[in-house]
Amino acid sequence: MKKFKKITSPVVPLPIENIDTDQIIPARFLKATTREGFGDNLFRDWRYNSDNQPKAEFVLNDPTFQGQILIAGKNFGCGSSREHAAWAIQDYGFDVVISSFFADIFKGNALNNGVLPIQVTEEFLEKIFASVFADANSTLTIDLQAQTVTIDQTQDSFSFEINAYKKSCLINGYDDIDFILSHKEQIKEFENK
Amino acid sequence: MGKTLVEKIWDAHVVKSQEGFPDILYIDTHLIHEVTSPQAFDGLRKRGLPVLRPQQTVATADHNVPTLNQHLPIQEELSRYQVDMLTKNTSEFGIELYGLGHPYQGIVHVIGPELGITQPGKTMVCGDSHTSTHGAFGAIAFGIGTSQVEQVFATQCLLLQKPKTMKIEVNGELAKGVGAKDIILYIISKISAAGGTGYFVEYAGSAIRSLSMEGRMTICNMSIEMGARGGLIAPDQTTFDYIHGREFAPKGEEWDQALAYWKTLYSDKDVTFDAVLEFDAADIEPMITYGTNPGMGVGVTQNIPAMTTLPASEQPSFKKSLDYMGFQDNEPVLNKPVDYVFIGSCTNSRIEDLREVAAFVQGKQKAEGVEVWIVPGSKQVEAQAKEEGIDKVFQDAGFLLREPGCSACLGMNEDKIPAGKYCVSTSNRNFEGRQGPNARTMLVSPLTAAAAAVSGKVVDVRSMI
Repeated sequence: MKKFKKITSPVVPLPIENIDTDQIIPARFLKATTREGFGDNLFRDWRYNSDNQPKAEFVLNDPTFQGQILIAGKNFGCGSSREHAAWAIQDYGFDVVISSFFADIFKGNALNNGVLPIQVTEEFLEKIFASVFADANSTLTIDLQAQTVTIDQTQDSFSFEINAYKKSCLINGYDDIDFILSHKEQIKEFENK
Repeated sequence: MGKTLVEKIWDAHVVKSQEGFPDILYIDTHLIHEVTSPQAFDGLRKRGLPVLRPQQTVATADHNVPTLNQHLPIQEELSRYQVDMLTKNTSEFGIELYGLGHPYQGIVHVIGPELGITQPGKTMVCGDSHTSTHGAFGAIAFGIGTSQVEQVFATQCLLLQKPKTMKIEVNGELAKGVGAKDIILYIISKISAAGGTGYFVEYAGSAIRSLSMEGRMTICNMSIEMGARGGLIAPDQTTFDYIHGREFAPKGEEWDQALAYWKTLYSDKDVTFDAVLEFDAADIEPMITYGTNPGMGVGVTQNIPAMTTLPASEQPSFKKSLDYMGFQDNEPVLNKPVDYVFIGSCTNSRIEDLREVAAFVQGKQKAEGVEVWIVPGSKQVEAQAKEEGIDKVFQDAGFLLREPGCSACLGMNEDKIPAGKYCVSTSNRNFEGRQGPNARTMLVSPLTAAAAAVSGKVVDVRSMI
């Protein structure tokens, strides 16, 4: 896993609630057997017509909005456990997703792939949406070490929570398997109990 | 101070717990299928690791398989490749596969219980969010992502934070025509699609106790649809009777030992749950969803909520959802026309579901213009249905009994609902495009689905029984 560095980037706004993993990556695109390439079909049915033409009104097709940070309405990533959703978001080029509420499995999947899900209050989410809709070039700075997200133009900052272990995994690029494997003896002992 | 059922099972599986880190939790049984496992097997190869406990791992092909002509090679190239990969991977890593053509093949959450693999007190995982189904037996069972599938392959363990616990009690008697599916759709409609997030739910109360194992599985199956990590029900005589004698159930002396342990699996009287919710079974009528998440459900005689009853912040998403469905706010769901009826999925494809539908449609005909697909949960369910003559009942009614698989629940194979069409479905998700691009899904119980099939529209099944 790559190490998570401090990020300053404009954001891509998706002010919709309950975005489920079937919207993030529809099931018919889960047939690949590698982790790569899912970004092409990220938000497929919102992004393209049935004849595969881009829908101009969808935010990913609007050149006004670019960046490494996706912001979305509450209960982001609900539904299926497909990790392909996290892979699609990462493959497209997002390193951070901000919402006021995340579904559990998606949150875990994102963290296991070096994508940082940041939960903020409804109020702070509104502030971010307001800043990006006022000026598409407005940027956020994500400082994982300090656990802050800052709206750069206003210097409005929010302190987010993250499990200390997961934080160190992201910063150092470690994954869970390395950690569990370092307890091999205890696993054997447990099995012999 | 006593322990909740979740705590009892959790604590019995903690390999290591240390301050500042998640627990290392031992996993007894790992179920896998073709869609969420290939990248995990690849990961093992890259790390040069074996599957630590292949004999605790069981594989089947379900998500991608056709439900007609399963004896022929899979037509769709990518699906065939993915199913072939599962065969190769399980053979290379020494895992038992109940693949296409095997008499045990079926939807992973149907075969685990019917083979007696699912047992009280176990920890069970699968790269599928509906793994919560197995909680019906008093197991800690939950869905995981592919990175975690790889972790379990490599270590038979997962790194996890102990979840918060919620108790949902449903007491009282269910009205005729109201079943397990209506209970769970009702609960989700009350607490929303995110109401259980962060929790492991224990279902309790007399209405839950009165359910068969199949009904309990339907309830636990949809725990994820309220955002919960999992759901479970304390085992009782109904549970033990169901497991006894099944293929992989303990036998002889081992059975006696297991039973003695299983009887200790309940939440102690003096425990405190992080949240407690109570519902009255008498308030529940046959349920149906009108929107694009499972929380958007109403009693079948009620109206879709009026936009003005919702907080302003939720109105745009609500409107988007109704626009997708082609519905108006504040209008009745009764008499909405139906194009397709799908009876299947890990929620409602067990023999009891098929029996209930068959008993209802006996001597009736499907309505003109409605297409009805019945997809059994497993080869064993299919065989049982044929043995009981249920297949003939369906045939006479004009219903098509297909072969086992996940099918139109998620439309990964050919079984897709066409754009714009309405499908009354016994599955678990009504997300946009879930059953096919622009398909419109209304979630219901098997009985309500059967009533829609013979009526050609949404009806109150209570008026027909």
